[in-house]
Amino acid sequence: MKVLEKNVQAEVCDAPNSQKDIEKGTELIKYMIVGILFGIVFVKAEIISWFRIQEMFRLQSFHMYGVIGSAIVTGIISIQLIKRFRIKTMSGETVKIPKKEFRKGQIIGGFIFGLGWALTGACPGPLFAQIGSGFLVVSVTLFFAIVGTWVYGKFSDKLPN
Amino acid sequence: MNQFIEWVSQPWPWYVAGPLIGLTVPTLLLLGNKTFGVSSSLRHACAICVPSGIPFFTYNWRKEMWNLMFVLGVLIGGFIATQFLANPDDFILADQTKADLIALGITDFSGLLPSDIFSWSTLFSAKGLLFFVFGGFLVGFGTRYAGGCTSGHAIMGISSLQWPSLLATIFFMIGGLVMTHLLMGPLMSLVGF
Repeated sequence: MKVLEKNVQAEVCDAPNSQKDIEKGTELIKYMIVGILFGIVFVKAEIISWFRIQEMFRLQSFHMYGVIGSAIVTGIISIQLIKRFRIKTMSGETVKIPKKEFRKGQIIGGFIFGLGWALTGACPGPLFAQIGSGFLVVSVTLFFAIVGTWVYGKFSDKLPN
Repeated sequence: MNQFIEWVSQPWPWYVAGPLIGLTVPTLLLLGNKTFGVSSSLRHACAICVPSGIPFFTYNWRKEMWNLMFVLGVLIGGFIATQFLANPDDFILADQTKADLIALGITDFSGLLPSDIFSWSTLFSAKGLLFFVFGGFLVGFGTRYAGGCTSGHAIMGISSLQWPSLLATIFFMIGGLVMTHLLMGPLMSLVGF
């Protein structure tokens, strides 16, 4: 029963690893390199800026809408191409995209995250890039984001879901 | 080479940055069947450090180490871009946003983040409590409750045409609008701006 529970938990992980082979050590470096490129784009397009997020929520600049919108369009086209041409992963597996089931959390949790996004001027990705950019005090924000995650995990079965 | 550095040091427009961010989706899928999502790293941090026997944090996090390597990379990328590719010109902000923020008590517009908020001196004050402790908590609690953040839902989820992710993204925006237009003014005057 315990094993089954663990499997269920692994399934609901939101950004899961669907690859069968477990990668270790140096095999993981490629993900760090993708992260580095991603972090550079975050800083250069000023997505990590608290001011840019304020502009977005005040509807006074198109920049962030352009970034998120064109990222989604690129993502849609890429996934359609992968599906259409049945492109395999580097290790020859079929690409697997987990289904996101509807939960009330997407509404309540989404709203709560939105409040925090406007305050901190950062979603989780930019938090890391802000720290790397030298705003070391943001590590306190990151710490409390981890605390928030933990508190959610602790009480998740008592919250409407 | 110098010319290239000069060119790349300018702030990148949305139509360059957006597609590059979107390409993270197929890159992670094809590199190793990985689903794009940053907030999961916070969950893995809990699972590694303080699982406390909570079922939500009891899973094989070793399999998800790639996600922590990815966010470590984001941090390093932030360092590289700031150290070597920093924009030499002044930060440009929409005039109306600047006026609105001056009205809220922000005085520093020189960098990407205002030093009025983001400095160690505000940490142990009501301002720090609001922006770092409360703000950080909302981000961590909210993203996990929603099952993802801007990357996992808005980009990965909508890219794979999943309506729950579109719904989550709409509520991210509603939350942000409510904070910016209704709560931020009163909260900021409460903490001494």
